[in-house]
Amino acid sequence: MISVQVNAEQRRVEEGTSLAALLHEMGKDHSGIAVAMDGSVVTRSEWQNVTLRDGSRIEIMTAVQGG
Amino acid sequence: MAEEHAAGVIDDPLVIAGHKLSSRLIIGTGGAGNLAVLEHALAASGTELTTVAMRRADTEGGSGVLDLLRRMGIGLLPNTAGCRSAAEAVLTARLAREALDTDWVKLEVHADDRTLLPDPHETLEAAEQLVGDGFTVLVYTNDDPVLALRLEEAGCAAVMPLGSPIGTGLGIRNPHNIELIVSRAGVPIILDAGIGTASDAAQAMELGCDGVLLSTAVTRAQDPERMAAAMRSGVQAGRLARLAGRVPQRFWAQASSPPR
Repeated sequence: MISVQVNAEQRRVEEGTSLAALLHEMGKDHSGIAVAMDGSVVTRSEWQNVTLRDGSRIEIMTAVQGG
Repeated sequence: MAEEHAAGVIDDPLVIAGHKLSSRLIIGTGGAGNLAVLEHALAASGTELTTVAMRRADTEGGSGVLDLLRRMGIGLLPNTAGCRSAAEAVLTARLAREALDTDWVKLEVHADDRTLLPDPHETLEAAEQLVGDGFTVLVYTNDDPVLALRLEEAGCAAVMPLGSPIGTGLGIRNPHNIELIVSRAGVPIILDAGIGTASDAAQAMELGCDGVLLSTAVTRAQDPERMAAAMRSGVQAGRLARLAGRVPQRFWAQASSPPR
């Protein structure tokens, strides 16, 4: 198991887990979602190809009322 | 007569980066008590473009607003509210582009929470980066005529000076600065922030602004739907007055009836 930070909360995941798998497990792979990992945007088409590393910082963002 | 006026307004679109909007009123979605209230207010306002904010997806009451705006056919203008630096704002804009499939962004970088005034240095820095990155940037800025020009030179598609700080409802505190900004602008100028009531929106248009962006004045009004209708009328009235050309102000009276 490795430890990653998802929206500022620690989370344990299996080593080798893809970003796509994490988002699917969390129910956050629907439209209107964008993801940054370690400060850079990971486009939806790349989610499958990105493997989580120990200490990865993941931000899962969406649009809310504002402005 | 009313129909002629309506036709005049329809034939007078606000054009931003080649995109036509028949309403010159842009509404922010923040502050509405619930989505039903927001829906009625948006419909009454006639707006075709609304702002949304980007937040962590676990935030309560998240994505319902997207479904609503898509159902109503209203365009999305994601903002970078809450960002304190150019780097944060650029990342937020890129996330918004990915999430919402739009390269339009309302750039705002706030200097502090108490005033929410724009940070001029970080705003200009972020504007240059985002324009370079292919974004259509509508930038929230101070009512500073020099900075407004710099932001236009940086390639912003619209410059959006404040009338007064966000959420204060203090109206346009420095009308002359707004006129100076308008007089030299080559891109649309949209009065953003500080509008309290319909006469403020009309004043912005009379000063020559191309549009008005507001949220609090509608969403936190006692009757948001009615205030949205008032803002729609205010913007249209101000625009017509600007195009009509007001009479010069005089010190002494001038009789409007023929001499006896």
